[in-house]
Amino acid sequence: MSSDILHWSLLISQVLLALAMVAAATRMIRGPRAQDRILGLDAFYVAAMLMLVLFGIRIGSSVYFEVALVIGILGFVGTVALAKFLMRGEVIE
Amino acid sequence: MMDIPVWLAIIVGLLSLIGAVLTLLGCLGLARFDSFYERIHAPTLGTSFGSIAVLLASILYFSVSGQRFAAHEIIILIFVSVTTPVTMMLLARAALYRDRAEGNAIVPRSAGDALENAAAGDDIPQPSSPQ
Repeated sequence: MSSDILHWSLLISQVLLALAMVAAATRMIRGPRAQDRILGLDAFYVAAMLMLVLFGIRIGSSVYFEVALVIGILGFVGTVALAKFLMRGEVIE
Repeated sequence: MMDIPVWLAIIVGLLSLIGAVLTLLGCLGLARFDSFYERIHAPTLGTSFGSIAVLLASILYFSVSGQRFAAHEIIILIFVSVTTPVTMMLLARAALYRDRAEGNAIVPRSAGDALENAAAGDDIPQPSSPQ
């Protein structure tokens, strides 16, 4: 009973997050300029991170938490580097 | 999946659904808005309240089923809520810089022009400048 509730709500949540990733990837592919693509990549990272947290709840192990943490850190570093590249034309000055 | 109480399953399921729906709404807004400066507002719905709901669900599930308080998801929450404004502000400034450098009509040319336009639109009478 309770595991059924948890199973189905987690499944629906993961499908919704997958749709969110599809929308972000659409903007990343179609975006007219470079800043739109970077914004799409950032939203894509966040949706993937939340999806891994939900995978961790479903499996019942906390290994996925570290994966989500690494994805969050790498998303931040990547977005900052790309924005700085747009601003200055180089990443490390 | 081990046996867990029903109330915990309902709360965790609701929180994860709320977080997923908010993130989906943010990404749909990202895909559908017209200009970049409207688009940059939308995905923060997923990084603020979507992350809060999903990570709260994870904290609740592991705290009750693991028989101990598991709060290391708070690290992700703090990190995401600190870094998102930084990245969005850097990205918006970069986009503003690029639009101004190319002279696009969507942004005012400089901060002084923006102030003059705002003042000209006001009802307050401006001192007439010498011709």
